[in-house]
Order: sequence, then C-alpha cells, then structure tokens
Amino acid sequence: MNSLHYELSYLEALEAESIHIFREVAAEFERPVLLFSGGKDSLVLLRLAEKAFRPAGFPFPIMHVDTGHNFPEVIDFRDRLIEQLGERLIVASVQDSIDAGRVKEETGPRASRNRLQTVTLLDAIAEHGFDAAFGGARRDEERARAKERVFSFRDDFGQWDPKRQRPEPWNLYNARIRKGEHVRVFPLSNWTELDVWQYIGNEGLEVPSIYFSHTREVFERDGMLYALNPYIQLIDGEEPFAASVRYRTVGDMTCTGAVRSRAATLEEVVGEIAASRITERGETRADDRVTEAAMEDRKREGYF
Amino acid sequence: MPGAASNGHAKRSRPSELLRIATAGSVDDGKSTLIGRLLYDSKQIFTDQLEHVVATSERRGDGYLNLALLTDGLRAEREQGITIDVAYRYFQTQRRKFIIADTPGHEQYTRNMVTGASTADLSVVLVDARKGVSEQTRRHAFIASLLRIPHLVVCVNKMDLVDYDEAVFERIVDELTDWAARLDIWDITFIPISALHGDNVVERSTNMDWYGGPPLLYHLEHVVIATDRNLVDVRFPVQWVIRPMDDQHHDYRGYAGQVAAGVLCAGDEVAVLPSGMKTRIAAIDTYGRDIEAAFPTMSVTVRLADELDVSRGDMIVNPDDPPVPAREIEAMVCWMGSEPMSIGRRYLLKHTSRTVRAVINELEYRVDVNTLEHIETPELTLNEIGRIHLRLSAPVMVDRYRRNRTIGSFILIDETSNDTVGAGMVVHASSS
Repeated sequence: MNSLHYELSYLEALEAESIHIFREVAAEFERPVLLFSGGKDSLVLLRLAEKAFRPAGFPFPIMHVDTGHNFPEVIDFRDRLIEQLGERLIVASVQDSIDAGRVKEETGPRASRNRLQTVTLLDAIAEHGFDAAFGGARRDEERARAKERVFSFRDDFGQWDPKRQRPEPWNLYNARIRKGEHVRVFPLSNWTELDVWQYIGNEGLEVPSIYFSHTREVFERDGMLYALNPYIQLIDGEEPFAASVRYRTVGDMTCTGAVRSRAATLEEVVGEIAASRITERGETRADDRVTEAAMEDRKREGYF
Repeated sequence: MPGAASNGHAKRSRPSELLRIATAGSVDDGKSTLIGRLLYDSKQIFTDQLEHVVATSERRGDGYLNLALLTDGLRAEREQGITIDVAYRYFQTQRRKFIIADTPGHEQYTRNMVTGASTADLSVVLVDARKGVSEQTRRHAFIASLLRIPHLVVCVNKMDLVDYDEAVFERIVDELTDWAARLDIWDITFIPISALHGDNVVERSTNMDWYGGPPLLYHLEHVVIATDRNLVDVRFPVQWVIRPMDDQHHDYRGYAGQVAAGVLCAGDEVAVLPSGMKTRIAAIDTYGRDIEAAFPTMSVTVRLADELDVSRGDMIVNPDDPPVPAREIEAMVCWMGSEPMSIGRRYLLKHTSRTVRAVINELEYRVDVNTLEHIETPELTLNEIGRIHLRLSAPVMVDRYRRNRTIGSFILIDETSNDTVGAGMVVHASSS
C-alpha cells in the first residue's frame, strides 16, 4: 500500500476482494464450512479467513475430506496448523464411505480414490447441513473453472450446471438457496498460481514440506513421476528410482505427480513457477487427463 | 501471528496495479485471436494449453491454429464454436497485472456481457476493418457506456485485409466517434491492428507508419486508472460485526467491510446510516494491526468512538455529503431472468450489504441497444435493457451510478426461483 497515493498493489486488491467474499458468506449463510486440503491454496484461504474475522474466531468449521491416501507430511502439517489456529476441524473419511457401502473402491494399478471423494464430500455436506462450502479453486487452473462463478450454485444432488449459472455483476453475490441446495464459494477465483506463491511469501506462511525439493523414490507413468507408495501398484516395466522432486499441487498420492526440481526455498519456487511453461494441473494431475472435459464432467457431479 | 513461521521477512510484492479488462465480440471479429495473441506474445500461454489447442484444431479440421479454443472452456461452447459465458483470463507484465473478462458478443448473451463488464476499468471493442462499424460494435459501445467503464479501446482489426489502409481506419474512427458522442463515454482510443499477424498488439506495426499511437499492450499498461476512483465521498457499507467472545477482547466491537469510496482515518467524524447518528472513527484495523487510513477497495475493520447500534446493511459515511436514503429509485436495468419483468411484481433488491423488498412501479421504456431508441413496452424480457421505477420496503443508501459504481448498483432476485433476474444502475433516488 502506498499511503501517499492511496493505491493498492494488485495482490492487496485481490486480498481485499477475497476478504469481502468471506464476510458475505458468513453473513448470508447459516452453516458455512471451509474445505481444507492441506495444499497451498487452502493455506491462503485460512490466512484470508483470519484477516476477515480476527480477533474473533472463524464463524465456520474447517473440513478435510480425507481419502486415506494423503501424503503423511500433509496430515501432520494439517494437525499442527489447526491447533495453532485454535479452530474446529471436521474430517470426512473416504474409508468410512467405503466401509458403509456408499462407494466401491476402484481396483487395478490405476485405482484412485479421487473420484470417490465426491460422494464423501456430498454426504458430509448433507450430514452437517452445510449450505456454503469455501474451496480454494482458481479460474486459472483449468478451462471449466475459468467459467465458474465465485458463488457456484449446486442443486440438491450437488451438481453444477454451467448453463444455469447465476449472473454475478459487480460484487453483489446472490446467496439465496432452498433447503438441500448449497453453494461452493471460491474466494481465490481471480488468483493465479504465481499470486498464491507470492502471497505465501509476503505473509510468511508455512507450507507442507513436499512443496520444496526433496529426494524421493518415484516411478514414471504416462510421462509423470509418481511417489512410490502403498496405494498404487506398479505395472510391468515400471522401475522405481530416486529423484530430486517437489510437488506443485497437493492431492491424493495416487493421482498427483511430482516435478523434477531443485527449488528448496520459497524464492526458488516462485522463480521456477514464473519461468514454467506448463500449467500446474497439466503437469501434475492425472485426474484431468481422462477426457478433454474431465474437470467439467466431474464438477457436474459435485466435485470440488 | 498464528500460522506464520518460516519466512516472516519475505519481501512485499512490487506495487503493480491491477487492470480489469472486458472484451466483447464473437469469433468472427478475431476477439479470441486477439486475446490469444496478447497471451502468446506476452508469453502467458502454457505449452500444455497450446498443445491442447493444436491437437483439437487438427482433430476438428479447423485448418488453422484456433486460439478461440483457449478461452472457450465449456463443452457446449467448443461444440458450437461460440462463447456463451464469461471466461476469465490472467496475464501480467512488468508494469501491471491484467484480468480479462472475455464476454460473449451475441445479443442473446447480453446478461453475461453485463456481468463481465460490470467491474471493468477498460473495455476492448473489436471492429472488423472490412465490415466497418456494425450493429454489434454499437451495442458493445453502448453497454460499455451504460456500465460506465471508464476507458474504451476500439481495436480496428484485420487491417492486413484492407492493405493497412489509413483511410479505412479513419472512416471507422469518424463513424464511431459520432456514435460515441451520443453515449456517455469520456475516454475513447482507436488502434489499428492485425491480431492474426500481431500488428500493434504487443509490438508496434511496421506496416502502418501513419499511425502515431502506441500498440494495444502499451496502452493497457499505461492508461491512467488511479484517478477513476472516488476518494471524496466516504462510503463504507458494514458487512459483518466482529465481536470476539474471549476475555482479552471483551470490549472489542469492529465493523467489517470493504471501502466503496473515500478515505477513512482514525479521528474522522462520521455518520451511520440509516439512523444518522454521528460519531468518530476510534481506530481502523486489519488482522489485528491498526492502520492509519483505509481507502478503496480495502477490506478493513472500523471501530467507532461511541457505542451505537450498528449492524450489517448500515453504512458509515461522511456526514457532510451522505448518500440518499432512498425509498423510490429510478434505474436502468438489464433483465437477466428467463421470465419477463412485469409491472407490479415484487422482487428482492440487494444493494451493497443490504437486502430489501422492491416492487416495480413503472417501466418507462426499453432501449433498443442497436439504435438507442426508447421503445414503450409492457414488459422487459431476457437481455433487454430499460428504465424502471422501483418502490422499496425499507431505505437503501444509494448514490447515482454515474457517481459511484458500487453504491449506485443493485441486483434483483426472484424470491420464488432464487435466480438473479436483474442488474440495476441508479439514475435518480428520493427518500419519500
């Protein structure tokens, strides 16, 4: 901020817009929840929530949809962070959904729980009666997301209908829904991956260690590097090897790829992303590679 | 500072401004090509996105690199080859960060164009040099002026197809300048370009020596937007009251919101509307730290010197120059509902952080967006724009839209369907 000219930097402008969104949701919904993945975007969401509501507590709980296939570093990090914040955490478990017969585990070497978590998420939203759920999605991530509103309306099946989006002029958000419906809210809609990292740097936020370069046993599949882990079977010909890698996104171990990197500090990560010629989802997410409209299709079903 | 640890002394970002751009047009104008060119020449297209465009162009048999595929994100859009909904694109240069709201140009998607244009600082309208000023060009210019986008840039595209002829360019400039004189446009800039070949987009064209102005990107980087903001009227709509329950902050009561206009400082005398009670600003804080001044568009928390009854929907203002606590509003409205707007119907009206009931008393006229004619009509249908009179169940604190886009705008919500059915801009307001 330049106090002489009363001008905001673009990151300050984005921050102010996001805080405004948080407060609108708190004021207009009865039972909001903040969806937390442990990834960088959800860490920024938590800092923005602090800026929106401190010195009071958050007027909503935090919920993690736990696939059971997370990176252990991320779960440790989550628990430490929530304790520091002094806020309430709800864990919705995909394993519980499997045990209850709500979903069926995929089998084979390419099995993933990524798709199953939609059911766990929708069940948890119904169980707790949540009417709004904050998510960390950004419009720069993917083509379908580039079209999504800040307040993304979901019907009572949790579905997104791209043709029935509510117009969203100015910063006037329509929060009216019927019982059983809910709204996904994306305060980071206008942020890019680089903005997120620069904000993390400015704010001095701690992030899970897997975002920084480390040596890990990996194997290559479909041109991506995956961590050797108990939840994924190797296919003939796949040979594990040690590599210096880091993660650009944090998701399920079964579908999140690592990138070769020596970026060990925040400054180096920012430099690497600024120079990168590949999007984060294109480089690291197998779930978007299924079809041309993979994300649009999953969003229609109620995905994050 | 909870949550912070490893890197508390990281450098602040360079103060680089944010410019929000709205573009309107269809594939035919080369709008998507222009956006693709801006992103491509400023090196903001990622290789996996480009590979996708190459592969899809080949599969569809487009016969050229179809950069529209970069922005048309929905299955239906790619199938039909048109832009249906607003897509947002991001790029940055050394000087500025840009958000492009890429909006559909067809008349049947006017409501989506209004959504994308409502927050824009600058509008880019494309004209095909071969075809000259079209109905669509005039409509886009009208919507830009209706929404009071402060800066309009007309790109006369496909100059390569008219031999880079200055006379063609000048003819279009003259014609649109005449049209713009009938509209409310303060700042209009014309740039002759070829999006396909990159003339005057990022680099200055060597094919048009007769053009003395800057290329498009230079203009986007340098157009002055700081003075577009209103720093005089203090307008702070209260969004949320912060009252911590712990002992440490027992007496803390903060009014949280985003500054819509003016500069707020500790010690300033203010009035709280609609009650009209006067007090002083005791302190302004953000995230536990007191700050000296708050200005647009900061999100802050204001504490007042006296204990007043202040809640969401109230507005903190400067007492010398308050907005009108309006019960009757005349407004231009863009209709966004699939059911027509009819006289006598009730809707919810959301204005800043306040929602009241409203009844449509009168529909003065509909604007023919292509000719600017005023047409008498009994109802407004989807995508039509008209002037209406509203009566409200409780006052809302409004300024005219031309004075303040945040304090002068509202949406109408259908209470039965819960849909957002109208976007309104206040022309006149009265308290009776």
